[in-house]
Amino acid sequence: MNAENIANPQIITQKTIVPKIIVRDLNFYYGDFCALKDINLSIAEKMVTAFIGPSGCGKSTLLRTFNRMYQLYPKQKATGEILMDGANILDKAQDLNMLRAKIGMVFQKPTPFPMSIYDNIAFGVKLYESLSKNDMDERVEWALRKAALWTEAKDKLKQSGTSLSGGQQQRLCIARAIAVKPQVLLLDEPTSALDPISTAHIEKLIDELKEDFTIVIVTHNMQQAARVSDYTAYMYLGDLIEFGDTSMVFTNPKRKETEDYITGRFG
Amino acid sequence: MPTFLREASLKRHTVLDLLFRNLTRVSAFGVLALLMAILASLVVGSMPAIRAFGFGFLTSSDWDPVSEQFGALIPIVGTLVTSAIALTIAIPVSFGIALFLTELSPRVLRRPLGIAIELLAGIPSIIYGMWGLFVFAPLFADHVEPWLNDHIGTMPYIGPFFSGPPMGIGVLTAGIILAIMVIPFIASVMRDVFEVVPTLLKESAYGLGATTWEVMWRVVLPYTRIGVVGGIMLGLGRALGETMAITFVIGNSHELSKSLLMPGNSIASALANEFTEAYGELYTAALIELGLILFFITFVVLSLARYMLFKLGKREGQAT
Repeated sequence: MNAENIANPQIITQKTIVPKIIVRDLNFYYGDFCALKDINLSIAEKMVTAFIGPSGCGKSTLLRTFNRMYQLYPKQKATGEILMDGANILDKAQDLNMLRAKIGMVFQKPTPFPMSIYDNIAFGVKLYESLSKNDMDERVEWALRKAALWTEAKDKLKQSGTSLSGGQQQRLCIARAIAVKPQVLLLDEPTSALDPISTAHIEKLIDELKEDFTIVIVTHNMQQAARVSDYTAYMYLGDLIEFGDTSMVFTNPKRKETEDYITGRFG
Repeated sequence: MPTFLREASLKRHTVLDLLFRNLTRVSAFGVLALLMAILASLVVGSMPAIRAFGFGFLTSSDWDPVSEQFGALIPIVGTLVTSAIALTIAIPVSFGIALFLTELSPRVLRRPLGIAIELLAGIPSIIYGMWGLFVFAPLFADHVEPWLNDHIGTMPYIGPFFSGPPMGIGVLTAGIILAIMVIPFIASVMRDVFEVVPTLLKESAYGLGATTWEVMWRVVLPYTRIGVVGGIMLGLGRALGETMAITFVIGNSHELSKSLLMPGNSIASALANEFTEAYGELYTAALIELGLILFFITFVVLSLARYMLFKLGKREGQAT
């Protein structure tokens, strides 16, 4: 992790586009059912990439291959290659826990652990680092500030994570994910359970977080994809239909299917 | 519908509702009344013994029906120690069973294993007792107790607890049989509560790179603590009151010994064995007082469990 950049985000003024994750010929199976078909795309470093498409198109499935979450379930398997910084994530030799330390994830619903706000953040950190009390305090504050939750939570760090409102809980989950200092942040419909104000909070947050993290977001909400992402992938029935600059995909789609979807004629 | 008809039906509903409400109220208060009645009859029945021995009954290890000297120390210690041994073994094993069934087991094994555990819970306690006496105790005496004597019996501090003649029956054997009996209860409750933990919560912990153990120990267990403690209490309740199986293997001896390999007695076992031969008012009263004490122990244990949950909730910053 490039600690200097986190300390002085101003240093990065002009981003050069570097692929962080490259997906090659990815196929994914639930048992015999093929849910992703020959997916090829690359995720740019420190940019926001959005996956959109109707329900069941495979966008969440694709996201879940990046941290191999599917491996919790015995009948699911992926073939092909997902390269992160040149190393294949799907390689059997890949250490899952280290992979998930580098790739954080936030889910559809807020999932605070049944412990205090402080411990929620410290949970992931403690898995990898043994910090002194002071360093841990600093890390918790850092993560909460990054997730724009510090001012609301600083006086109740000892209270249960479940005592927060829904939007705050989701920001707590984001703070928990970034406290580990991952390189990539996967957001699986992070605002689908939230009200419009909380959604706006999270979207603003995503915009700030891309200074430090590579972000991949799955969303049902096309306006959200248009607002927050730099690149957009439109998927349908397991196929990647179109992938490109968000502004291009939304204003001048190359494929008829994409145009139908984003103009609301379908899906 | 004509107005008078509607009024009549409304009235009928009010009456029915009132009747129903009172019926449920009577049932609920009936339980309370029953509890009080049992408690009262125990107190009345044990009055002669309470008058004769006072609080000394709790601390005396005498049990001499001939000279009518009675003390409850041995059965109380036996009950508490056998239950403690049972829980010490049963809690980790049940946690392992529940963890395996919910997280690690292949799907095809889940149902058969789950059913096997439920069947284990359905075996009558007398069968555990017979099996314990005829099968387990001899094996234990031949193979395990000599080993305990040689290896743990020679250690400082804990040694005296594990030295003694390898007879097979005794407090330790009773505790182990009890453990086998309560494991199905605790394990099936743990499995049930682990299964209702939201998948997303577990995935969030896995997503941070936690191992299965860390997910279970640090997220699932705290999340399900109320159910888990409830399951343990269910098992403890059974262990404290278990009679038949214990009677077979504990040895029924009114002698206080430091060694867990020596025979002892438990409250329920003493009651079952001695009520038929209890002659004289004082002997019967002493036995009834034992029953009262068992009642009290159960009550205290349940209260402690509630208090523990309350404390846990506070530590995790929840207003419970």
